[in-house]
Amino acid sequence: MAEAPTQMKVSSEVAIDIQGMNKWYGSFHVLRDINLTVYRGERIVICGPSGSGKSTLIRCINALEEHQQGSISVDGTMLSSDLKNIDKIRSEVGMCFQHFNLFPHLTILENCTLAPIWVRKTPKKQAEETAMHFLEKVKIPDQANKYPGQLSGGQQQRVAIARSLCMKPKIMLFDEPTSALDPEMIKEVLDTMIQLAEEGMTMLCVTHEMGFARQVANRVIFMDQGQIVEQNKPEPFFNNPQSERTKLFLSQILGH
Amino acid sequence: MSGSAPKIQAFVRHDTLPSVAPPVSETGAVKWLRENLFSSVGNSIMTLLAAYCLYALISAIVPWVFNGVWRADSIRDCREVLDGAVGGCFAVIAERWPQLVFGNYPSEHYGRAVIAFLMLFVALAPILFIELPRKMLWFTGLFPFIAYWLIWGGTLWLPILALVGVVAGFAAFRALETKSFFGALIAGLVVTLAFWLFLAGPLSTGLSSVVPLTLERVESREIGGFMINFILGTSCIALSLPLGIALALGRQSNLPIIKMICVMFIEFIRGVPLITLLFVASVMLAYFLPPGTNFDLILRVIIMITLFASAYMAEAIRGGLAALPKGQYEAGDSLGLDYWQSMRLIILPQALKIAIPSIVNIAISLFKDTTLVSIISMFDMLGMIKGPILSSTDWFGVYWELYVFAALLFFVFTFGISKYSQYLERKLATDHR
Repeated sequence: MAEAPTQMKVSSEVAIDIQGMNKWYGSFHVLRDINLTVYRGERIVICGPSGSGKSTLIRCINALEEHQQGSISVDGTMLSSDLKNIDKIRSEVGMCFQHFNLFPHLTILENCTLAPIWVRKTPKKQAEETAMHFLEKVKIPDQANKYPGQLSGGQQQRVAIARSLCMKPKIMLFDEPTSALDPEMIKEVLDTMIQLAEEGMTMLCVTHEMGFARQVANRVIFMDQGQIVEQNKPEPFFNNPQSERTKLFLSQILGH
Repeated sequence: MSGSAPKIQAFVRHDTLPSVAPPVSETGAVKWLRENLFSSVGNSIMTLLAAYCLYALISAIVPWVFNGVWRADSIRDCREVLDGAVGGCFAVIAERWPQLVFGNYPSEHYGRAVIAFLMLFVALAPILFIELPRKMLWFTGLFPFIAYWLIWGGTLWLPILALVGVVAGFAAFRALETKSFFGALIAGLVVTLAFWLFLAGPLSTGLSSVVPLTLERVESREIGGFMINFILGTSCIALSLPLGIALALGRQSNLPIIKMICVMFIEFIRGVPLITLLFVASVMLAYFLPPGTNFDLILRVIIMITLFASAYMAEAIRGGLAALPKGQYEAGDSLGLDYWQSMRLIILPQALKIAIPSIVNIAISLFKDTTLVSIISMFDMLGMIKGPILSSTDWFGVYWELYVFAALLFFVFTFGISKYSQYLERKLATDHR
């Protein structure tokens, strides 16, 4: 596999800093002592068996889930229970979900302009121009006036990416963006994500697309039972995994 | 197994088959009859039975309707005209039309009530049909105040000042909105109520002594007939929907006190019969209020029916809220929308759409339940029929004609509501079309 393109530079500026973070669901310890520093421009792929806490980890970053111990700071803003801080972080961090979560009662264009108009207070006309720009980028400007229910899964996920980009986020989180898609549509979504990575977006992706991980990630994190078990550059991670658990996981998912 | 293995024929399709119309032989009236009405012995018997029942029903109703008497002064006149033949005495509807529709409303002011009625449709239009220009909503906002003035009369200053109170409340809301939406909402309500209670009365008396601007006053007890059902129906539906939304959101809230208040309110109101609440409005409240307070009976009834209906509305809307996938809330959150924005822009539009059938159900039953006020001796349409009309010597005994007429009048409006809701559901369907 070729080395990542040269423009995908990682700066030394910290984008996300997670220190000693713990989370429980009731008495169940889902995340255990997570320490993770993400630098601006990094593309991190998080993988692991189901129930290992990888989705929960990235959902903690924009406070969709509450953590009980430790600290998370995003772009210099410390995540606390203060709603103002949470809304600020959320407007800087874009997120794509497994089930897209587009707003079915709004058109594609309205989906994309909603947050810029109401949160960023962008004038409607300007918000629409930005939205069309990003819809062109994900290659579906002709669907702008349709409703989400009329689009295919792959198209919906690309709209969801465009919707997040319209907020001009500094960081993008992807929560298994291709898991609900047919194989034919996975590629179109991955292409969009690769394009985004090449433009230098800081990305955290929970995904099982190991081809994607090899191609764009600069770091792969393996989680199991709520802990970070192993992290490394993609090449050594795939070719020479250290932990037994990682070896087993990789042999199962790359086995056929 | 050897030797008997099936031979697999390799196959590749090179051209796509064109799609063709279905065969035409499968149509025709006789075929339809045979399939739908006479498909078996049992079904044939049922068909014949049903045909006989229909015949019996129609042969009884048709002469009653078409043989009916429309001009007569009393039931005795009717009987004379009919001379033993079957026929309805519809003359009562023609002769008592004003009473059925307006009650004891002064006849020289019927025009005022009719204008208010017609204006209602103009006011409703922009709410019902989203295609109409949004500027029409200004009229919708003004309508309640205009309608009050037209129907009850009195000085124009009172509705104007009531409107000023609302505007003042809204101004307070907008001023504080950026700080806290909820706090601003409370502040707005307090300002409006304070203005109404303490300023509106004296100010309107003062202003009307300078510039009168009055219509002749009509007292609430003079209003009756279908008019009162209509006033109660429209105002209670209009008021209970926003209250129901607030209660439903409150019941879902994370704030324990708000949640508890909403739950207790909903459960209490749902557990009490509407009649009980109406009796409280008409009789009991007088004990609790300071002597000499003039608290209009229609207003009291509007409040009670609104509270009653809003508890049901709240539960219908809660059903809609619960039906939304959690992902919709999360998507709103992850885009940085605050609670009120995501409720208003994302959650409620979808939840209300899901709840349309139940909301319409409540609206229709509320409209019909307004006839219950006849029990607390208000002369609504049924009260009028039971009271002044049937007990008059002229029309004693004309039950069928009057009640069928009342039923038809209610049916026209409730069927209209139901048709509109079906139209709305079709229009709002954005998936799979």
